Parts: sequence; C-alpha cells; structure tokens
Amino acid sequence: MSKLTPVLSAHWDEADSFTIEAYTRHGGYTASKKALAMDPDAVIQLVKDSGLRGRGGAGFPTGMKWGFIPQGDNKDHYLVVNADESEPGTCKDMPLLLANPHVLVEGCIIACHAIRAERAFIYIRGEVTHVARRMNAAIADAYKAGHLGNGIDITLHIGAGAYICGEETALLDSLEGFRGQPRLRPPFPAIAGLYARPTVVNNVESISSVPAIINNGAEWYQSMGTEKSKGATLYSLSGHVNNPGQFEAPLGITLREILELAGGVRTGHKLKFWTPGGSSTPLFTDAHLDIPLDYEGVAAAGSMLGTKALQIFDETTCIVRAVLRWTEFYKHESCGKCTPCREGTWWLVQILRDLENGTGTEADLEKLLDLCDNIMGRSFCALGDGATSPITSSIKYFHDEYIAHVTNGACPFDPVKSTLFAGAVN
Amino acid sequence: MTLDRDLMQTIIARYPRSRSAIMPLLHYVQSVSGYVTNEGIETISEILGIETAEVSAVATFYTQYKRKPVGEYHVGVCTNTLCAVMGGDAIFSALKDHLGIENDGVTADGKVSLEHIECNAACDYAPVVMANWEFYDNQSVESAKSLVDGARAGNPPAPTRGPNKLVTYKEASAVLAGLDDGLAREGLQAGAPTLLGLKLSKEGK
Repeated sequence: MSKLTPVLSAHWDEADSFTIEAYTRHGGYTASKKALAMDPDAVIQLVKDSGLRGRGGAGFPTGMKWGFIPQGDNKDHYLVVNADESEPGTCKDMPLLLANPHVLVEGCIIACHAIRAERAFIYIRGEVTHVARRMNAAIADAYKAGHLGNGIDITLHIGAGAYICGEETALLDSLEGFRGQPRLRPPFPAIAGLYARPTVVNNVESISSVPAIINNGAEWYQSMGTEKSKGATLYSLSGHVNNPGQFEAPLGITLREILELAGGVRTGHKLKFWTPGGSSTPLFTDAHLDIPLDYEGVAAAGSMLGTKALQIFDETTCIVRAVLRWTEFYKHESCGKCTPCREGTWWLVQILRDLENGTGTEADLEKLLDLCDNIMGRSFCALGDGATSPITSSIKYFHDEYIAHVTNGACPFDPVKSTLFAGAVN
Repeated sequence: MTLDRDLMQTIIARYPRSRSAIMPLLHYVQSVSGYVTNEGIETISEILGIETAEVSAVATFYTQYKRKPVGEYHVGVCTNTLCAVMGGDAIFSALKDHLGIENDGVTADGKVSLEHIECNAACDYAPVVMANWEFYDNQSVESAKSLVDGARAGNPPAPTRGPNKLVTYKEASAVLAGLDDGLAREGLQAGAPTLLGLKLSKEGK
C-alpha cells in the first residue's frame, strides 16, 4: 500500500484541474452545500473533531481558532486566508492554488459560514502573476456559478513583496493599507483583527483541507496521522535530491521514507543538513532521518514542523554560506519595528560575512550566540526568533566547520559542486 | 499615459474601507507607468483622502513597488539559500556580466532589468528565475541568458508554468492590481515535481 495519501492533490494531474468544470466533476462545491445546511456551531465542532491543525507553521487547532470568534456580538466578522507563502523552502500553497484554486474558494465558504462571516479576504503574495490569475478567475467563476455572492463574498488581495506580511498581524495591517508591521497581542485577531473586528486568519492549506473533512467526516480525517497530529499534509522536498516535489502523506511520515520515494539524495552524495519546515525551523542532520514528521515528533527533537518544507543539502554545501544567506534574508525582511530584530539581524550578517570569507575569529561564534540570545523572544513577532534558528542549530551541529573557516582563512568549499548543473559529477 | 480614475474607483469598491485599496492601486499605477510615479502617488492620495506621505510610506515598504522605471521584462534571480546553492548565485553573476548591469540595474535599451530576489515558493524547481513574476523553473546559466536575450529581442521564451507568452511588466502589474487579462486558462496546471507524490501513489509506492 502506498505511504502517500493524495487528497488535496488527488486530481492535480488532470490538465484542466484548476477550472470550475474539473472541480465540480470531482464533487467540488458539494461540501459547501452540505455545510451551509448545517448549524455553524456544528461545522466548528466537526472541524474540531477532525483534529485539523494550522498548516501555516504554528499547528494551532483550526476548529478551536474558529471557536474563539465571539457570537451574537452584532459585529462584522472576517476570514482572512494567508496565501503570502514566503518562508524560505516553502512551496506548497502556490502549486496548490495553481492546480486547484476552487478548493480554497469552497473552504472559504464553509469557514465563513462557521464563524458567521460575510466576507473573506485571500491575501496572496505579489510575486506570482499566474497564481494571481488563477485565483482571480476561480473567484469570478464561483460568483457566476452562484457559489459566492449569496451572503458570502471573497476579495482577492495581492501583496507586493514582503515576507513579514506572512505574519498574521502584519498581514492585517497590510490589508488595511499600511506598511506591513506586526501588532502587539493581545488583543488577538479573534477579538480585534481586520478593521478591529473579530477575524480568523488561516493558511491556504488549512482552509483547503476543510471541504474533504466536511464530505468524508471527522473520523476519516482522524484515521490518518498520529495521536495528536491528525490528517494528511503536503511535504515539499527540495534541494539535493534526485526527484524533488510535493508529497501528500499522513502526518508522522519520516524523511527517510520520503527520500526513498524521491529516489534518495543526489546520486553520489550524502545528506548533510536539512530543514523540517523552512529556514526558521532549527536544522536537522542525517541523525534525524527517522524523526516522525508531525508537530510533536519534530518539536521533541528540538525543531518545529513549520511548513513541512524539507530543504535537503548534501556534503558539497558550506554550512556557513547557507546560514549567512538565510541571515541576509532575515535582515532584509525585518520590518524594522522592533530594535532587537532590526539591529540584531544587521549585526548577525556582519559577523557571518567575516566568518564565511575567513576573516572571522573563534570568539565570533560566542558573539553570534550571545546576539541570538538577545534577539530570541524580544520582539513583537517571530521573525527575529526565526533568524536565530539556523545560526544556533548550525553552530550546535557544525561547530568544527565554522572553525575550519577561521583556521583556513577562507571557505574550504567549491560552490560549483553544489549546483544542479554540476549534476552527479564529484 | 493617464490614470483611469473610474477604474481606480472600481478597485476601491472591492473593499469595505477605501484605504485597503492602496496596494492594488499602486500595482495599477505601475501597470500604467511602469513604476510608481509621483503623479501616481498624488492621485492615490487625492482619491483616498490621505496624505502623499502616507502613500509614499506604503510604496517604499514593499519591494515590488519601484520608484524608478524597470525594464519591459523585469528579471529576478532567486538567491535565497536553496536556489543560490543549486545555481542561483552562478546565474545571477552570469546575467550581471552578460547584461553589463548590476543588481537593480536596467539595460540601456530599457528592455531588461535585473534583481536578486528572495524565496519565490518554487523550491522544488530550483534554481528559479522569475520574469515579470512568472515562473522559469530549473534554470541554468545558458537558459537564463537565452531568456534575457529573447526578452531584449522582443521574443522571450514562454514561462515554464504560466501563460503561453510572457506578458510585459506593465501587463503583469495589471494582473497584480486584480484586473483580468483573460490568460488564466493558459499554461500548465502543474509541473512534474508538483505531481510527483500523486504519480508515485498511483503506482502504489
């Protein structure tokens, strides 16, 4: 029996999978019809019972989040879908929307009904023109077919290149027409979110998982996954592997199993380090191949499941170069609101540049860790925390390689050997 | 080119509160002028009833809003860690040499501009190059040079996962303003990596 469980991806191999015709052909918009006939609280209960947890990184139970929206408060409620997918390594939501935007539209209808919202916003990152086209067309077709416009509306909002807008409160500020900077919580979005109204912010994959749960039931969803991490999810494998791609599997599958399916690490090479869920999740090594990739398993091993973005790097890759580049990313994307993150990421880059080019010292490693200690947990949002993850974890596992840069006075790696076009040539 | 204020009002009408329209309006200005002009900022400030400084504050926060003209074909090379390691650094360096421009530069003929970009959510297709924010997957130094040479000659190759023909920067900006260009049905629904897990499961693996 296959270890894979395609649900979201079940029909992606049909050339017209993104159209309303294809979606309807496979039972699309029957779940929303069913849900709209249910009491909203019953929908929330069903999603709670399914065990569905947020697929954007944090893993918060989706039904519980919906349940936080106050009822009978005579205020507008909003659903906001976070489609700002920008965490380095993360590449699941954009192919999902390219191949089947209607499942998100239908998920929005169900979620709006459940939380008694009349309007959903889909905030999609700006650097994906064709995904924006497909999403826009799907919404338009859903209006024409009468699925939208009868009490539930969807507005597509397209971003303009800012990683920070994937942080839910920065996203809300951006959607209100401001610079995307995080808000202090509380109040949480469930109480004062978009336009200070009760708001649910969910990831694309979380909302897209809902139609199948409505149609197949909570028990069906519970039958997949592990004790506390229920259901199936998209694992995105990239980097130095023979066959990168998307693997929809029950939570708890291991990297060893996924690598076997993908034909292994690049032929002639071996695994050196990897991220379980994007660059903000502490690195793993070849010692972590059998960790169950669910929320608890990855956390117990000292990292986070995050977005299940499995970026694989083989032994040709310089750890210092990799970590420096991620750190430059965090420095560039820091919104500047909080001093520890804004100033701290700048200093991290200076020190790592010295280390990479061989002009650093052993004392710089202590300085890096000290800086990380002063960034971690000291800002409004988790961007700064994420910036420390690759640094602290790489020093833990590859301390000697940092030192080799210091003693060599230069980087001992040849970057050509890491490239795709270098192929399997050693 | 002048801004169509009626069209701008239809963009504002999408939102419960007008200020929320500032981002699509800035994309719209880029679709008309190729970048965010002072006139564009003034017009947005006027129709939203907010200060020009507030519009500028937003326009300068987001990297996709350009305060000077970019090329007809704006090329971004992903140099975040995974793409960089897989060849993005080599591609970016080769394109700078090939075009004779630096990061954020534009060729003298105004056809191509170049910047290094952050992760574009296509890591299973690394190394990735974007042109007018359309996907060019699994690029090499040679294929990236062909892309920019084609763009300069007025016939760029089609995106890997996108419409049959690469649209211009202004045309792409209109899509990002939420306007329909009728091309949603063109192009692949998914590339091979996207389908790999599904294919393996059908083979019983």
